[in-house]
Amino acid sequence: MSVGIVSYGAYIPRYRIKVEEIAKVWGDDARIISEGLMVFEKSVPDMDEDTITIAVEAANNAIKRAGIDAERIEAVYTGSESHPYAVKPTSTVVAEAIGTNTNLTAADFEFACKAGTAAIQACMGLVGSGMIDLGMAIGSDVAQGAPGDALEYTAAAGGVAYIIGKDDQAAELESTYSFTSDTPDFWRREGMAYPEHGGRFTGEPAYFKHVTCAANGLLEKIGTKPSDYDYAVFHQPNGKFPTRVAKMLGFSKEQIKPGLVVPRLGNTYSGSCMMGLAATLDIAKPGERIFVTSFGSGAGSDAFSINVTDKIDDIRNGAPSVEQLLANPIYLNYAEYAKHKGKIKF
Amino acid sequence: MTVPRFWRRLKNLYRLIGTHCENCGEYYYPPRNICPGCRRTGHLVPFKFKGAGEVVTYTIIHSAGKDYAKHTPYILAIIKLEEGPRLTSQVICNHDDIHIGMKVKPAFRKLGEESEKGMIYYGTKFIPMEIKANK
Repeated sequence: MSVGIVSYGAYIPRYRIKVEEIAKVWGDDARIISEGLMVFEKSVPDMDEDTITIAVEAANNAIKRAGIDAERIEAVYTGSESHPYAVKPTSTVVAEAIGTNTNLTAADFEFACKAGTAAIQACMGLVGSGMIDLGMAIGSDVAQGAPGDALEYTAAAGGVAYIIGKDDQAAELESTYSFTSDTPDFWRREGMAYPEHGGRFTGEPAYFKHVTCAANGLLEKIGTKPSDYDYAVFHQPNGKFPTRVAKMLGFSKEQIKPGLVVPRLGNTYSGSCMMGLAATLDIAKPGERIFVTSFGSGAGSDAFSINVTDKIDDIRNGAPSVEQLLANPIYLNYAEYAKHKGKIKF
Repeated sequence: MTVPRFWRRLKNLYRLIGTHCENCGEYYYPPRNICPGCRRTGHLVPFKFKGAGEVVTYTIIHSAGKDYAKHTPYILAIIKLEEGPRLTSQVICNHDDIHIGMKVKPAFRKLGEESEKGMIYYGTKFIPMEIKANK
């Protein structure tokens, strides 16, 4: 029996900072940065929001959307690279907050920006093998970018939760394929506040190699081609990378358009690709097909082939859409942003 | 708040779980062990509040204790839940929008932390039921 997405929910903090506000502080040319990265603003967490609060809000929206009984969820996995605790799981707080039974398995995942899709694959295995009824996979981050670093223009906050099961699938997870290698393109050492990265090295040997290998591997595995899909979603560290990789693989701009949320949101790291998929599910019709490939530095990619079912229309309006979550932002200046992100030490 | 004390109240803070007296029909938040109205004849059971409520009154805190200093100015309100109980909570919204009678719903937020290396306390705050469009 197939495994699929029974429900999903997203959460985006209400605050934003524009690229020009950051550029003004560091003496950069905002127009060149915005056009180069295809990112114009990014989300910022409130002072009392972190990866856990964002994960809980996304999880609650997933439960609400399809009216799921939380006690049916027997696995909670949260992927993030900004778990508030080094030791003490995010997932136990999420499980308690959404009201699961205590007879469940839970763990935190970490694989840069693809920890959330790795959590989806783990849930697929548990559900597919019959070990559990429903599993919840979350990607949530309050991404870090050092002051003045290129990452500061994109490192955003947001999260998405997917409930994986066999019955009442809104979208069937037809197949998945991964490509992983030891590639040091981006890292953060224990105890360090901000990550380090390999600059341009993050492109060709990291993002493009892993995304294309996973995507081509899946297309070959199930015998499909880009034109068989109505939509495609790729990890969005900025707008330029997914647009370019889509072209390299043979997907059109129209196919990636509904899921390309990064220009108004920034890179939500573990939530990035999953947010693009949520935005696509928000508008997808029964019978349509979605191709998804995540990327996590370090490095690896998970590709998914997804078939949207009739059930999508029943659950679509049960929780806020990504578009609704992006609406009505409150803009911050750099000083307020620094306070929100804890860059000012008291 | 000590770790054991927070742990004992965790379900109440996370999911607004209080108590309901099946004898007199009264609802309590935070939960009570004995119904003050019915005493020995009361029968209290756990009850999860929906979370919908309205602002009874509020104040804006400009001068806070050490733990909340970086959050000032913030709104502290008395919220009346739909089922009846009143509780004190922060309301997260634009200070121009807060008003008596404002409809609110719960939001999961950080309530505080012991210290930089201590426990982080999570729980429920409130946000407006309807998000107003920015001018």
